[in-house]
Amino acid sequence: MNYQPVIGLEVHVQLLTNTKIFCGCPTTFGSEPNSQSCPVCLGLPGALPVLNRKVVEYAIRAGLATGCEISPRSIFARKNYFYPDLPKGYQISQYELPICVGGHLDIELEGMVKRIGITRIHMEEDAGKLVHGDLPGLGDGSGVDLNRACTPLLEIVSEPDLRSADEAVAYLKKLHQIVVYLGITDGNMEEGSFRCDANVSVMPVGSETLGTRAEIKNVNSFKFVKQAIEYEIERQIDLIEDGGKVVQETRLFNPDSGVTRSMRSKEEAHDYRYFPDPDLVPLVISDDWVEETRRSLPELPEARRIRYTSELGLSTQDAEVLTSSRELADYFDACLSLGCHPKSAANWIMGEVTRGLNDKGLAIASCPVTPRLLAGLLGLMDKGTISGKIAKTVFDEIWQSGKEPAQIVEEKGLLQVSDTGALEKIVDEIMAANWGQVEEFRGGKEKVLGFFVGQAMKASKGKGNPAVLNELLLKKLKGEG
Amino acid sequence: MEIFELTIHELSDKLQRRELSSVEATQTMLARIEATESRVNAFITVTPEAALSAATAADQRIAAGKGDMLTGIPLALKDIFLTEGIRTTCGSRILENFIPPYSATSWEKLKERGMVLVGKLNQDEFAMGSSTESSAYGVTRNPWDLECIPGGSSGGSAAAMAARQATATLGTDTGGSIRQPASHCGCVGLKPTYGRVSRYGVIAYASSLDQVGPVTRDVRDCALMLGAIAGHDPKDSTSVDLPVPDYTAALPGGVKGLKIGLPKEYFIEGLDSDVRKTMDEAVATYLSLGAEIVDVSLPHTDYAVACYYLIATAEASSNLARYDGVRFGHRNRDARGLLEMYCKSRAEGFGDEVKRRIMLGTYALSSGYYDAYYLKAQKVRTLIRNDFLTAFEKVDLILAPVAPTPAFKIGEKVNDPLQMYLSDIFTIPVNLAGTCGISVPAGFSATGLPIGLQLIGRPFGEEAILNAAYAFEQATEWHQRKAQI
Repeated sequence: MNYQPVIGLEVHVQLLTNTKIFCGCPTTFGSEPNSQSCPVCLGLPGALPVLNRKVVEYAIRAGLATGCEISPRSIFARKNYFYPDLPKGYQISQYELPICVGGHLDIELEGMVKRIGITRIHMEEDAGKLVHGDLPGLGDGSGVDLNRACTPLLEIVSEPDLRSADEAVAYLKKLHQIVVYLGITDGNMEEGSFRCDANVSVMPVGSETLGTRAEIKNVNSFKFVKQAIEYEIERQIDLIEDGGKVVQETRLFNPDSGVTRSMRSKEEAHDYRYFPDPDLVPLVISDDWVEETRRSLPELPEARRIRYTSELGLSTQDAEVLTSSRELADYFDACLSLGCHPKSAANWIMGEVTRGLNDKGLAIASCPVTPRLLAGLLGLMDKGTISGKIAKTVFDEIWQSGKEPAQIVEEKGLLQVSDTGALEKIVDEIMAANWGQVEEFRGGKEKVLGFFVGQAMKASKGKGNPAVLNELLLKKLKGEG
Repeated sequence: MEIFELTIHELSDKLQRRELSSVEATQTMLARIEATESRVNAFITVTPEAALSAATAADQRIAAGKGDMLTGIPLALKDIFLTEGIRTTCGSRILENFIPPYSATSWEKLKERGMVLVGKLNQDEFAMGSSTESSAYGVTRNPWDLECIPGGSSGGSAAAMAARQATATLGTDTGGSIRQPASHCGCVGLKPTYGRVSRYGVIAYASSLDQVGPVTRDVRDCALMLGAIAGHDPKDSTSVDLPVPDYTAALPGGVKGLKIGLPKEYFIEGLDSDVRKTMDEAVATYLSLGAEIVDVSLPHTDYAVACYYLIATAEASSNLARYDGVRFGHRNRDARGLLEMYCKSRAEGFGDEVKRRIMLGTYALSSGYYDAYYLKAQKVRTLIRNDFLTAFEKVDLILAPVAPTPAFKIGEKVNDPLQMYLSDIFTIPVNLAGTCGISVPAGFSATGLPIGLQLIGRPFGEEAILNAAYAFEQATEWHQRKAQI
């Protein structure tokens, strides 16, 4: 029998706010354990949560970017369970009335576009983490680090619209790109800023009834998502083929062995006893707030790609590369706004700029050649002040010194020579020194021209204007001058 | 009159005129506590050293002309208020050694005004109870009759006032926990409107019902204290950003033409005859002062107790989850494994009533029961609130008993939780409605136990009930009687 996998994803996105969702503690990663804590995020008696408005703004951004409706009124709820990394014994989350509902994301796979539904997006706080082993001052045992407790998360829940591991990965990559573009997360998967739980089931092809699903927890890279889902699909099919039944359970993926194993069954599942958190008033979001946020949204990758291809005439491939990150696309757009020719700016960014960044392991944001400097350089080329060859030299010099392109050209005497008098002298000298080749040219071997151009450029130290030189050489070689 | 018997405004006059220092007043108060505490047990912790150093600072402040009405006044707080550096137990063994690293906003405000904390007061464990018998630190006795309960859960706050062990106290009221003990101990107790006073740093029992309020000797003190603790707190999202009026300014307003409602559902059979007589006399007093008495109906009163015990316990079951032995509070050290540590720590740390309510609340929120219990109770709560709002279209305030009986005997209801729960039948609806209520001394039972009168106001209508309470107090002498202790 053939089986159809059905997959839904729950993605947790850690938001890039300076402070936590319900208190003023900083959210910096990697500090001394429990150094970023206060009565609120430690869950001390009497402490009360106060909502960070930035978190709401980020949630609205995510909702708008994925076509969700923004709920004018939403509610925070308590999700109750005991665990040492959960200081209050409950997590403040949203349950019945989340902030965003009913959106979608279009993914492209083998040239086909498919729309994946987004059920909901809600805000919640993260838990702390447990540290095991030899702990300073505690000896061998387990400790709780609550620095991460109360950091803001968005949970983005998809409809079970995905039909393969590849679709799941395409969805995740697209979502990842969007949330990073929105500037609401650093998207760092290794540090857990973007993590995913996958609900996987299989049903016979053509069936209308969904199979029993297993939830795979905390898969933290695109590669592992693919592995975990593929393994799980195969496991479920094998199980059914062998006459067994899939049970509803939570499973954990082990990246080392590539398999999922059962963590807890439905019977052991928590009853979270959700109820509205009485410490927080209902969140009311005005239309004005939504519209203001909509206006402040950055142009998203898809819209940018379309603009680059249809308006600027770039190839799909180039547009893809330039929009791969918001920073890169912003850099490109900055060059355009400074008057650069799109195609030439694109080539330089994808060529010299990217090469330089890769060599030095730098991000585009810290590129020493800023859009303004690059635009200055390209401008000198366009005006014929320097040649393309010299431009690369100047580029390297800007990278090293951060100096203005024009200043470098002047200081190093790199001005392109278009003065026919000066060039004529060079041409005359070369012709005199290479009379044999002149004869060859005149005998009909016209490709000897290239030799003369090369010699002339060399003699001018690369500064000769190639177009002028060409014209001059032709004239003289043909004996017209 | 002894120094420890003075009201805030009387003592403050003496302090400002330098007839007396705060250190002297505080020493007198500490001596009074020493002399009476073995009989009353109103305190869990007495803080003489901190009190005397605060009193010294207050005296300097007054000498520098920077004091105000509250500077140098001895105060005691229910042990539910977090007090930085001073043990805060909430009446529970689970917090026996808990020294909080921060203070409740209400205490911060009073401290800033220069009030002098003499100690932390006994209460029902986690404010769950109506008699202070569920405290892990022994029962508090009613100074009017040491065989009787002082009421609860703020039993220590009211008993300390009746025993003249503090000039003013703070309590909290979730279902009557300020008004009922104030009634039983013959003092003034106010539960402000939900959102009027910050709950930050006050250990939560039922977050949507808890409210901080003063217990005082007279209505003027009550108005003073409310003015000092009320107001929006950026640390409490449920505190309301409304201006705080000068509550004392409106006091001599009189009640002429005031419409006072009598809810028929509160004057039922089973109401103690002394309580009924006291209410009748209070009505007569108000009539004689020129108020108009109007019959009103609060038709959903019958459902209030059931509704309360679903909502309050549900919230409590979640609020008390943090007492897990992991970060603070009692932990069983012999447990092997996490689950056993949780179970043993909580089993040892919590008393019976707390366990009962955690179980009730957990059940009410459980999957499959949520709609039938918690959600239904929330709907009933809306009906009860609407009852009050409808009544307030007709009347300015509502007059009712505080409790169906005067203080009962210690031990009388310990084994009958339902009877105990019913003793809050007239106070619970006010918490569910989220509005304000005050208890004022209004008479005595045949056996000499105080009986309070409850005035219920519109949401944020504290001025109106304080004013009406003040008029009653001016016309009667009940508040001047003192427990013989």
